[in-house]
Amino acid sequence: MPDKTKKTVSTDPGNREDKVNVTRRKFIRAGMGAAGVAYAAALGYPVYRYLADPAEKAAAQAAETEKELVGADTLPQGSAMIFRFGGQPALLIHHEDGSWVSFSAVCTHLACTVEFQKKEKRIHCACHGGTYDMYTGKNISGPPPKPLTPFKVEVLDGKVKIARA
Amino acid sequence: MAKSKSLGPDTMGTRFYKWLDERLALSTMAGFLSKKTVPQHKHSHWYYWGGITLTFLIVQFITGILLLIYYKPGPDAFESVRFITYELEFGWFIRGLHHWSANLMLLALFIHMFSVFFMRAYRRPREFGWWTGVLLLLITLGFAFSGYLLPFDELSYFATKIGLDVAESLPLIGPALAAIARGGTDVTYLTIQRFFTLHIIVLPLIILGILTIHLVLILKHGNASPPSEEAKPKNKRKEIKFFWDFFVKDITMWLLALNFLILVTILFPPQLGSPADPLAPAPEGIHPEWYFMSQYQFLKIFGNILPGAIGEFISIGLMACALLLWAIVPLIDNTGKAGKRAKAATYIGLLSIVILVVLTAWAYLAI
Repeated sequence: MPDKTKKTVSTDPGNREDKVNVTRRKFIRAGMGAAGVAYAAALGYPVYRYLADPAEKAAAQAAETEKELVGADTLPQGSAMIFRFGGQPALLIHHEDGSWVSFSAVCTHLACTVEFQKKEKRIHCACHGGTYDMYTGKNISGPPPKPLTPFKVEVLDGKVKIARA
Repeated sequence: MAKSKSLGPDTMGTRFYKWLDERLALSTMAGFLSKKTVPQHKHSHWYYWGGITLTFLIVQFITGILLLIYYKPGPDAFESVRFITYELEFGWFIRGLHHWSANLMLLALFIHMFSVFFMRAYRRPREFGWWTGVLLLLITLGFAFSGYLLPFDELSYFATKIGLDVAESLPLIGPALAAIARGGTDVTYLTIQRFFTLHIIVLPLIILGILTIHLVLILKHGNASPPSEEAKPKNKRKEIKFFWDFFVKDITMWLLALNFLILVTILFPPQLGSPADPLAPAPEGIHPEWYFMSQYQFLKIFGNILPGAIGEFISIGLMACALLLWAIVPLIDNTGKAGKRAKAATYIGLLSIVILVVLTAWAYLAI
């Protein structure tokens, strides 16, 4: 690259022209670069939308705040069921004492699906051995950093209504 | 570390370049490429068509991969293409690019092939460039035929049925070949799976292999000058550097081709017909795409002269002979100078264009 500062002090008219050319070249280069980026963006946008579309539709679906589980009121005491709530698995437990609880079934550690274990009286994640309290969803042992998200449960005639707390 | 003589103190960039260069011999390659030149004469503009064909092929690869993300071969094929075309954001655009780029690639390929032919670029030592080129044409037609079935609408169903029926009329191997391609007695989703495998794995692997040879040969032998240029004394011939003088023009052509493709896609997005129904009659006026029209018309003419399998067989045989003749042109016009053999090649080229154009026009008029 020629040294620009030297050229400005030069009295040689040829050099002055050089300086103009360098600036013009820089300008054109920057312009071409910008046009290239704009072109790539114009082509990249449709591709991005094409790839992102289903994920966004799924996210919109997942925004549900309430769900009715028809027939779930007959779930026997001391058992649990997994259902889909807001695009993710959720857990409904009917305890031996007749109480009902519902949590997100997604382990707060690394998102495996947890399981209600009646014999051990806990909610367990098989992936890394995390355990949660079966009444409150609180993380008891293992790697999970926080409790399972609880949901509101309303047992009605012929169905169970689940809602975000 | 030693300081570079010309560039002053080593910057991070030059040090990194040196590190790479020592391991990857970048400057050797750059040195080789910087010496490449392209002949400059009044027919030079024909040199762009190979690059344009390649541009469309690259678009095919990229849009093909994108379509693969949503396309489902098998029983859900039609539904998945319907979803891509009418429900997915910009799905119509990606599918449209794939559709039109296929058509434009074939068009560019034909222009490239005939320009190479009339510039006599198949002559010694470029025979293998010609032969790999003929193979690339056949593979591209294979892509077109196998891809056509994948949306599994009415049109693709009948196109495949007819195409495989033609194959079936070949003696000895025909029935077995058609049965293997079909995977049953009729064109079903099993056929889609087969064509899909061919379309997205087998043919791409083959085309990449042959294209690599094709391109390496061009790097080795360079662009051929037409005989009118070759006749000039060396000091009268002009050349420009491949890097960056020709390359910049080349890239400009690629961008023009790409812009044209995008324009055509936006103006004429491909639609989807009704789902394939084996019990429905073939729709009125059904005909193949333009690149298969001449062969279609040829089969039709022969079918009228010689009805039945014998006519089909003879017409396929004649087409195969024509293709073979086309492929061995470098062996016919092999003296490297004007004369009877060169003239014969010219006649073959002109006759091919006339036959292709007349048959295609005839086919369209007869619809």
